[in-house]
Amino acid sequence: MNKTLKSITSKRLFLPVFCLALVLLINLFTRPDFFSIEIRDGILYGFLIDIINRASELVILAVGMTLVVSASAGTDISVGAIMAVSAAVCCNVLTGGERAATAYSNPLILGFLAAVLVGTVIGCFNGVLVAKLNIQPMVATLIMFTAGRGIAQLITDGQITYVRVESYKTLGSSFPGFPVPAPFIVSLVVVLLTAVLLKKTALGMYIQSVGINKKASSLTGIKAVLIIFLTYAYCGFCSGLSGLIASSRIYSADANNIGLNMELDAILAVAIGGNSLGGGRFSIAGSVIGAYTIQALTTTLYAMHVSSDQIPVYKAVVVVVIVTLQSPGFARWRKALAQKKAGRVTGKEAA
Amino acid sequence: MEKDSVLEMRHIYKTFPGVKALQDVDFTLQKGEIHALMGENGAGKSTLIKVLTGVEEFEAGEIRMEGNEQPIINRSPQEAQKHGISTVYQEINLCPNLTVAENLFIGREPRKGGMIDWKTMNKRAADLLADLDIFADVTKTIDNYSIAIQQMIAIARAVDMSAKVLILDEPTSSLDDNEVEKLFRLMRRLKSEGTGIIFVTHFLEQVYEVCDKITVLRNGRLIGRFTTAELPRVQLVAKMMGKDFDDLAAIKQTGEKEASYKEEDIVIKAVGLGRKGYIKPFDLVIHKGEVVGFTGLLGSGRSETVRVLYGAEKTDEGELFVKGKKLAAKHPIHSMYEGMAYLPEDRKNEGIIADLSVRENLIIALQAKRGMFHLLSRKQQEEFTDKYIDMLQIKTASRETPIKSLSGGNQQKVIIGRWLLTNPDFLILDEPTRGIDVGTKTEIQKLVVKLAQEGMAVVFISSEIEEMLRTCGRMVVMRDGSKVGELCGEEMSQSTIMSTIAGGQ
Repeated sequence: MNKTLKSITSKRLFLPVFCLALVLLINLFTRPDFFSIEIRDGILYGFLIDIINRASELVILAVGMTLVVSASAGTDISVGAIMAVSAAVCCNVLTGGERAATAYSNPLILGFLAAVLVGTVIGCFNGVLVAKLNIQPMVATLIMFTAGRGIAQLITDGQITYVRVESYKTLGSSFPGFPVPAPFIVSLVVVLLTAVLLKKTALGMYIQSVGINKKASSLTGIKAVLIIFLTYAYCGFCSGLSGLIASSRIYSADANNIGLNMELDAILAVAIGGNSLGGGRFSIAGSVIGAYTIQALTTTLYAMHVSSDQIPVYKAVVVVVIVTLQSPGFARWRKALAQKKAGRVTGKEAA
Repeated sequence: MEKDSVLEMRHIYKTFPGVKALQDVDFTLQKGEIHALMGENGAGKSTLIKVLTGVEEFEAGEIRMEGNEQPIINRSPQEAQKHGISTVYQEINLCPNLTVAENLFIGREPRKGGMIDWKTMNKRAADLLADLDIFADVTKTIDNYSIAIQQMIAIARAVDMSAKVLILDEPTSSLDDNEVEKLFRLMRRLKSEGTGIIFVTHFLEQVYEVCDKITVLRNGRLIGRFTTAELPRVQLVAKMMGKDFDDLAAIKQTGEKEASYKEEDIVIKAVGLGRKGYIKPFDLVIHKGEVVGFTGLLGSGRSETVRVLYGAEKTDEGELFVKGKKLAAKHPIHSMYEGMAYLPEDRKNEGIIADLSVRENLIIALQAKRGMFHLLSRKQQEEFTDKYIDMLQIKTASRETPIKSLSGGNQQKVIIGRWLLTNPDFLILDEPTRGIDVGTKTEIQKLVVKLAQEGMAVVFISSEIEEMLRTCGRMVVMRDGSKVGELCGEEMSQSTIMSTIAGGQ
């Protein structure tokens, strides 16, 4: 019994899963109806559905961020701003430069492609700064962090651009015939595609290898600069996609608010998922669980009727607890405590 | 104290965990003397300097300085400076964004009414530099000047703080010949004014050009204090390497017969290959089935040569031919495509990928050679791993154990396995036997000979000459960043190698 328990707790993903479960369990006492799911008009509703729906953008960002962190031991803080740019580009293409439109000026797919492309291009820009020019990731991505929202404002002439067409809302609500939210499906596809890409090519190993020891990796024939560049480009792609979902939810491009502070949540998701921000070994699954944990926390607080301006305070408290639980310092302390206890037990037996 | 001596260290002991860094070491420095401190890696040179300057504490012994009745103990570099001991390190610790004058007087600026007296400071700085024949505008920031000038400004600062003892720790390693000459002029000047200078360097030529005395350390022990003029170079090399030259001359190693190689057996041909400030141009030919050793003192350029061959460092002159085909590698992968493999000297920082498993560390080079989209199947990876764990007798808990938890020798075997797996024609092993147990050393040497017999061309570098004599068919001798000779067959003996290393007389 003890042995199976130990083999479970020593698993890499145990702590992230444990933390997510802990957050969800709080609701068992405060809101017994939290876990109920119902179907209305062929669409699922409920707090749990709300979590997997609302967390989608964060999940997609966390996937890109995980790779960036692993390969470059740095973070991309421009992801939120890229979301705003991508939303602005998409809406502007679809309205044909107007600030509001009730019909598409260009095909929907063109808007989507332009948005994702712009996200990827900005990612490439970050990648060149970090990989080729060796600029600190924080400083390099700070450029787009600051400039991104300005670019989005320029594109939208400083106004909120509305796309008042029903089909534009699909990506942010639900695909016809599917009971689960569309954002969840998109995020699932991104996670699965990334997982396949990492498993079926050597990219996963290369990224970790470069993150652990760039010099040794280069000497064994890995093009470290290219690998780091690719992770930033991919992170930009993910951000562009996230921006689309966020824009579809509010069928508009709000340069000031889309993706606001999302970069911090994305970094936090990576950390809560048990990944070291120092680069190297990573787990995409961990980051995804981390993203859901953050959203579960927010939704839980809403369910407890905490007002939205107070939520950050409670969120901060819980995050401190989660991060402490996973810290190496805490692990040492727990080990020391267990040893002391074991010492006492054997002492008793001897007596 | 001896007559005219400015510094005396007696019976110094210092232990680091597991290492006796200094045992009963004496060191005496006289007034107006340039004294070289020599020794190979781990001899105790830097420990002795650190003990003297208060960076490290010593366990037993005493340090006496001229003018102090009692033995002195320095607890920090500041305290050492107060006693008149100043150090200029290889990496100059000046502030690049401050002016020359500010750098000269940092921490002791002349003040007037609580404020820095800029006028006086600049004047005094200009006078100081003029006095030492250093030409620099004291109001310009220091990054305007070459490393050599910066080095001299650092020395000027040390001298101005009334240094009785000036320690120069490898000051010349990044200077060109012209700059070295300028530095030497300054050193001779200070010497004539009575300053005692301790000069730490790897360059033999420079020692014989500028030093009066030489103290040699080896493995934390004092080998002796010698007058430069009376110590032939060969003797100095023998003393540093721990071989008594006269004894060795008697033992003739009978090397392998010089095999005759054909034109088509040439694997590597370098013509005037080099890089400015890194390695001087050299010619080299390596044949199929040959083990070539590179020897020379630390810093002589043996590692640099193979890095240039492999493409780990770019070249700026000369040409390299691999199996008759010209190769200009922009990235190590290009060299790997041509069948090269390179085990770097620094296993920890350039060899192992610490957090990855033994399996991943073994297959990574082959994977890189195949390309990102041709992933080796898990089954293939495991087969290869098992094969090499078995063949090289790697002691590991499992295939999936992180390589960092293996012992140094086993880590090294994994890296060797990594390269053998790529099936190279030309294998470079830079210090493959350093820091590993004796049994494994012998295994690796046997493996090298076996690989050569199977037709591989191998470069083998080791600090231990016996090891190279046992394994190599030919030796390339390096000195001060250039290739100075090649020995093979009968010529290969410890004594000839040492006299070639020493050069000159």
